[in-house]
Amino acid sequence: MSETLLEVRGLKKHFPIRKGLLRRVTGQVRAVDGVSFSVRKGETLALVGESGCGKTTVSRCILRALAPTAGEINFTIAGKTVDLAKLSRAQLRPLRRHMQMVFQDPYSSLNPRMVVGDIIGEPLLINGMTDRAERRRRVLELMELVQLPAAYINRFPHAFSGGQRQRIGIARALALNPELIVADEPVSALDVSVQAQILNLLLDLQDRLGLTVLFVAHDLSVVKHVADRVAVMYVGRMVELAETEALYSRPLHPYTEALLSAAPTPVPDAVSTRIILEREIADPANPPPGCAFHPRCGHATERCKQERPEMIEAEPGRFVACLRWDELSLRGIAAMT
Amino acid sequence: MVEPILSEPILSVRGLHTSFAAQEGTVRAVDGVSFNVFEGRTLGVVGESGCGKSVTARSILGIVERPGRVTGGEILLRPGDGGAPVDLLKLSPDAMRKVRGREIGLVFQEPMASFSQYYTIGNQIGEGIRLHLGLDAKAARERAIELLDMVGVPQPSRRVDEYPFQLSGGLRQRVMIAMALSCDPRVLIADEPTTALDVTTQAQILDLLRELQEKKGLAIILITHDMGVIAEMAHDVAVMYLGRAVETGPVRDIFRAPRHPYTRALLRSIPTVLAKPRSRLPTIEGSIPHPFNRPQGCAYHPRCVEIIDDQCRTEEPPEAGPETHRIRCFLHGGHKGAVA
Repeated sequence: MSETLLEVRGLKKHFPIRKGLLRRVTGQVRAVDGVSFSVRKGETLALVGESGCGKTTVSRCILRALAPTAGEINFTIAGKTVDLAKLSRAQLRPLRRHMQMVFQDPYSSLNPRMVVGDIIGEPLLINGMTDRAERRRRVLELMELVQLPAAYINRFPHAFSGGQRQRIGIARALALNPELIVADEPVSALDVSVQAQILNLLLDLQDRLGLTVLFVAHDLSVVKHVADRVAVMYVGRMVELAETEALYSRPLHPYTEALLSAAPTPVPDAVSTRIILEREIADPANPPPGCAFHPRCGHATERCKQERPEMIEAEPGRFVACLRWDELSLRGIAAMT
Repeated sequence: MVEPILSEPILSVRGLHTSFAAQEGTVRAVDGVSFNVFEGRTLGVVGESGCGKSVTARSILGIVERPGRVTGGEILLRPGDGGAPVDLLKLSPDAMRKVRGREIGLVFQEPMASFSQYYTIGNQIGEGIRLHLGLDAKAARERAIELLDMVGVPQPSRRVDEYPFQLSGGLRQRVMIAMALSCDPRVLIADEPTTALDVTTQAQILDLLRELQEKKGLAIILITHDMGVIAEMAHDVAVMYLGRAVETGPVRDIFRAPRHPYTRALLRSIPTVLAKPRSRLPTIEGSIPHPFNRPQGCAYHPRCVEIIDDQCRTEEPPEAGPETHRIRCFLHGGHKGAVA
């Protein structure tokens, strides 16, 4: 197994709820409430879950766009490990070039007043590449890498389609040769026919550049095409983490099973076996006691209502947070068609 | 061959054209679309952005926004009393108002943007009931509670007095469906009804729509970009590309053996949970042209890997194929070099 690039331990991010004239804190939204996982060098780890599960908050804490409430974020660069959670803004600055972000919406994440060459070249300029010709060479190199014609270097973003804009965003993220790319829903705003192009591009780039990717997404179909391992989150906690094939073919957590079952597949008549969850996603400001999933879980017992399951290593490399994982036999994707 | 068509369609769209006049030129958003919708069946209208699927829905309801205008075709609605079909495009605005909500219900994508924030949901559901069915305020409220119960909103007699912002996305979409069905329409148009929802909530809403259809024999036009939703929900499907229905037919046939090169490529390019991990997807080259730069001939030809010759580049392919499975592609009819 290759070395660990990023190790997240007991990460928490709580947002205070303030009420009244004095803005007194009346509660906490536990957006992320004790999440641990590691990302190996060169792999794609997907963080999946529905809205409010905390997947985006985790990714923003790792990039330190948010300051975590508790926990460690150990990032290993050039043989040295630093805890990003403890660093000040000034201490973080030299490290930022090693972790870059690809955004969801290619329409709002590119400055409409800058031409493509300047958008991609900006991180280079900020990090000290002041020579114009040198910068231009690197920008052209990056454009070729993401398959954008060099002739487009002086065009503004509005002249590009969604897919091309996402290529620009990826080129910008790659400009400084980062170790880690955090991609938050990078294809969910794109049309299907373009989505496939961008997913393939990400796979190619990873093979060529040995990138490590944290891929945040809600769509299990998309994730299947990019991830080496998948971590499933529900209401601020991780419920399952496993190699992609294992997770899809034999889920250990009932929530993973339900998510897989709910994913629409382009196969007519696949519906009959669908699991339809009752009720709605729990509120992270007021999560249910015990296992947060118990009100919707078809397998919940009295114990699940009281005892909060911790993440355990059920099998080598397979982690699950469910009190009953070894009693249940859940259905994977093979049973759904 | 025996036609498997069960009955007369409730709604029949024939040669619909809707265009938008802008300074840069005219956009033919819907360019000759035809399909039939039957009682108790769902027609899926699927396509990527700019294909005209939403404008088609708006044209049927007569709510195309300026500078858009329906410029041709017929939209025939068979009245409930068994009379002769009525062309909705020939109705006066007043008469059309009696069709919207009464005969044809509508569910939008974004329930938050489609409700008023200033009225309770009971008020908003009741408005259509009072207008179309002539019920008084008290009876309308009772009916609203019944409807909320029908769509699975818990504690309907309490929820009826709440405001849209007090509800979750899934509940709002249930309320939207209750509102669309408040006057017992025979046709329901659902425009991306689950796109804004989480996947487990989506499964709930799709299940609800199926259940209501079974109970009431609703004819549903389901507009979506998601082939997975189509596979699951629709009986028939119209695949659209840049304003035209390129392939129309039964869902099973089209998913099993797609015939138009676009449908074929689109179905192959969809990510699925059934794929091998990290497997590359077949792609469609290029991107969807901007509507102002609509290609000559077959609009799909610049991206088509099965292009035949210059005829594809210069002429629009006619509709061909059997009555139940129509295809617009020279591979399937109308090509001059074709051997008879």
